[in-house]
Amino acid sequence: MNPYIPHTERDIEAMLRAVGLPDVEALFSDIPEEVRRRFRPLGLPPRDEIWVSRYIAGLAERSTGRRLIPFLGAGLYDHYVPPLVGHILARSEFYTAYTPYQAEISQGTLTWMFEFQTMVCELTGLEVANASMYDGATALSEAVYMARRATGGSTVLVPKSLHPHVREVLATYAWAAGLRLVDVPYDEAGQIQLGEIPADTCALIVQEPNFFGVIEDLSGLKERLGKAFLIVYVNPIALGVLEPPGKFGADVVVGEGQVLGLPLSFGGPLLGLFATRMEHLRRMPGRISGRTVDAEGKEGYVMALQTREQHIRREEATSNICTNSALCALAATVYLGALGPEGLRRIALLSMERAHALAARVFALPGFRPAFRGPFLYEFAVACADAQASVERLRRHGIAVAGPALLRKCGVDNAFLVAVTEKRTPEELELFVRALAGKE
Amino acid sequence: MPTLYDRGQKGRRALALPELTQPEEDLLRHIPEAMRRKSPPRLPEVSQPELVRHYTALSRLNYGVDTGFYPLGSCTMKYNPKLHEDLARLPGFTQLHPLLPEEEVQGALAVLWELSEYLKGIAGLPGVSLQPAAGAHGELTGMFLIKRYFEDRGELPRRHKILLPDSAHGTNPASAAMAGFRVVALPSDRRGLVDLEALKRNLDEEVAGIMLTVPNTLGLFEEDILEITRLVHEAGGLCYFDGANLNAFLGRARPGDMGADIFHFNLHKTFSTPHGGGGPGAGPIAVSAPLLPYLPVPEIVKEGETFRLNYDKPKTIGRVHPYFGNFLVMVRALAYILTLGDAGMREVSAAAVLAANYLRVRLKGTYKLPYDRLCKHEFVLSGEGLAEGIRTLDIAKRLIDYGFHPPTIYFPLIVREALMIEPTETEPKEVLDAFVEAMLKIAEEARTQPELLKGAPQRAPVKRLDEARAARQPVLRYPFPEG
Amino acid sequence: MVPKELRYTKEHEWVRLEDGRARVGITHHAQKSLGDIVYVELPPPGRVAKKGERVATVESVKAVGEVFSPLSGKVVEVNPAVAASPDLINKDPYGQGWLFALEVADAREVEALLSPEAYEELLKGGG
Repeated sequence: MNPYIPHTERDIEAMLRAVGLPDVEALFSDIPEEVRRRFRPLGLPPRDEIWVSRYIAGLAERSTGRRLIPFLGAGLYDHYVPPLVGHILARSEFYTAYTPYQAEISQGTLTWMFEFQTMVCELTGLEVANASMYDGATALSEAVYMARRATGGSTVLVPKSLHPHVREVLATYAWAAGLRLVDVPYDEAGQIQLGEIPADTCALIVQEPNFFGVIEDLSGLKERLGKAFLIVYVNPIALGVLEPPGKFGADVVVGEGQVLGLPLSFGGPLLGLFATRMEHLRRMPGRISGRTVDAEGKEGYVMALQTREQHIRREEATSNICTNSALCALAATVYLGALGPEGLRRIALLSMERAHALAARVFALPGFRPAFRGPFLYEFAVACADAQASVERLRRHGIAVAGPALLRKCGVDNAFLVAVTEKRTPEELELFVRALAGKE
Repeated sequence: MPTLYDRGQKGRRALALPELTQPEEDLLRHIPEAMRRKSPPRLPEVSQPELVRHYTALSRLNYGVDTGFYPLGSCTMKYNPKLHEDLARLPGFTQLHPLLPEEEVQGALAVLWELSEYLKGIAGLPGVSLQPAAGAHGELTGMFLIKRYFEDRGELPRRHKILLPDSAHGTNPASAAMAGFRVVALPSDRRGLVDLEALKRNLDEEVAGIMLTVPNTLGLFEEDILEITRLVHEAGGLCYFDGANLNAFLGRARPGDMGADIFHFNLHKTFSTPHGGGGPGAGPIAVSAPLLPYLPVPEIVKEGETFRLNYDKPKTIGRVHPYFGNFLVMVRALAYILTLGDAGMREVSAAAVLAANYLRVRLKGTYKLPYDRLCKHEFVLSGEGLAEGIRTLDIAKRLIDYGFHPPTIYFPLIVREALMIEPTETEPKEVLDAFVEAMLKIAEEARTQPELLKGAPQRAPVKRLDEARAARQPVLRYPFPEG
Repeated sequence: MVPKELRYTKEHEWVRLEDGRARVGITHHAQKSLGDIVYVELPPPGRVAKKGERVATVESVKAVGEVFSPLSGKVVEVNPAVAASPDLINKDPYGQGWLFALEVADAREVEALLSPEAYEELLKGGG
């Protein structure tokens, strides 16, 4: 039956004898009889490995969407994942370990965490990063909680150009904490139009590039905010070519790290990035690895500043986060290590090259125009008379894009969103244009 | 240990990437001058063999379940079946974008729906959300649900207190506080269980609920569980159950039958998905009927043979995850449930509890056992009084020399010098016996050769690390040489 | 390790009375049970604290000690040396490891502080 239990009948008898109990059922005598009596099984027979393998593979096959060519981004992107990432993640010393509480036998994990933190600092232009948060949306929510603790304010300025699902997660967290979300509108370029800043503002959020794919100009924002936090939600691939938000005085940079070597995975697991300035270190959530020495003076790593965390500070902890996205952060570390500075830049530029080539051709078609005039990297919104019909036409040709429903949540009517990564081929771009133009 | 930054040479590459077809400058013109990156991020520059060897070397400094016995209390470090790793890497799952139309992702929705149904059955509760990405995230979602429930009933801000036994995991009070509740600690009684009198004294109109871990972190089953949940419900409160310890009664009892309103699962504990060195896990929650209207959106519903996403829940707390939760973790958990079936799950709790009790009786003569009674899947010893000057930390570090991962130490806080031991069901008796032998030997060494404990570990990649230094002079990123 | 010239609290703080001012630190027992102290957070000078109010935090690697104001009054001085070298609290808890000084607002509160003898009793009681 249970193939993962090694105990033989003899083992069980010997252990029961040592414990002084007649049978296994006696081990559960402390569960009230009434509770045990109410128990109902699922009605599931045990299955063999071949059966389970076929069954689950059948479910995997059943999703037709895998065969669509993904010009679909909207927060998660189909970048190339080098197989070496998977090979390293498959080392069971990494994936079958727990959180590195026992530093002496967790130097592998603690070392890559330290590397990851360094890389995130380098990308974001900030001084300290954790390893890691669940995803970009909850990382952003935690950043807002941190901003409130630091500033005492309870109003959060949220652009209408923020990813609508990220905004929905933030809205849940904000409601629970009694925070007020105030919309920041966008202009014709698709960039934020920051009006007056309410007195009790704890943070302004800017997504970079924003949900429409448009590059926001971060200059001068922090100066207008004063002590209120500038929180920038980034696509880390874009930081290969964009100036790091730290340079513009950002207090916290968060982001969705899926693009750094993780597959789309139907949206999970993801990777939340979180970086801040040293002055906010003790307000920061999440695990941090720090360098130290051992009893013989040899360099090594430990989990640092644990007094911020829930297992020590309990209700006064900076966050409740415990289990996070560690293995995904390892993937990101290996990915960035493999790319190097030139490779990261290349991935961003290759995606841009293809995206801008496609955009030029799409916008040359009659009836299609850019929804926004602002500069973009590798994702852009296309406005047309009947966006839903265009999206359906593309799908009939085997192409997926982000449909108009998502953009409508941001107040954009009749548009769809197209993302182009380095994986898209000239043939796929050609197919896209032909499909959109209605040529069979 | 050198980092990747200490390896390689400027200009080295690990990947063959496509070439650009136009000059960089032409592309960069699309980026406004102010936003153009002026200097590249400092990332390592290594060849592919260097990179692979570096991480292979790092992996060898780690200890995982595949390395050896990992009796880390409260963490359920059971074996992670290899089949599941392959299933979670099927392109039909990994290459699927979560924003594809419903009809294109029916297989993935089937995984979510089936797992939800099984989790409802296991919890004995009518509703499930798979969105929480970890146990603590499940707790937070549960606290949000409690808050919404009372908001909807017009009982906020009056009901602002969450009762918590002093033996609770640290995530519990942290989650309650994050959701804006005030935490009120409940003392444990001499049995190590919730003090019923203290509970009654604290139950008033300000109580929103109680957070219980069942069995509790001493590994003891709350024998008065039905009385506790009845009292809380009578006072108008809700009962949250932390499911970290489900391995203790899987296939035998259901939280719904004990009076739980919310129960979170740790798929990375009970359902054998690997812990990944700190995640990702998954923390789905199951809820009782009164909380159904408040569950996160979207909900996965089945209509005939088709799966659909339902957003029409006007009272929902909203999303707690941008998509559907940690999907690939759920694939593994579903494979586990299907493999085991009812009988296999029942065997899990039997073997896990038997192994824990076996270790308990074999160690209790030598080590202090503050709560000496039938335990469930784990138990707590104290390292106190073994020998003058010996601390639990020393015992833990010495276990490393014997080839074992140490138990959880200094938790729960109500036991001094605690050693929390959870063997799980997947260890052969020979391994359990070898662990006992090592623990007994260490107790003897504590008296005869204490320096062996104080100087431990000797057989690890590094000697004992200076944590105070790491805190006093934090070095939290690579110190690049100047210039 | 309970100097006779000082007064104490149940929360393991010591108080040195110096004409109208009270210098405050944590006791030898408190530093020992915390272990290696790695971080100290002190109140801003000028802050007015009530007796029993949390005014400072002393952290070791795995524990957090809260310091409650033993008396009501205004914080008139903090010890910059412990902020820079928190281990001074371990090395010299009653001397260089002092935390802050208060201007005593209510002299009657001083009477409620523990004598060295009473504090020693408290320690014997395991408290």
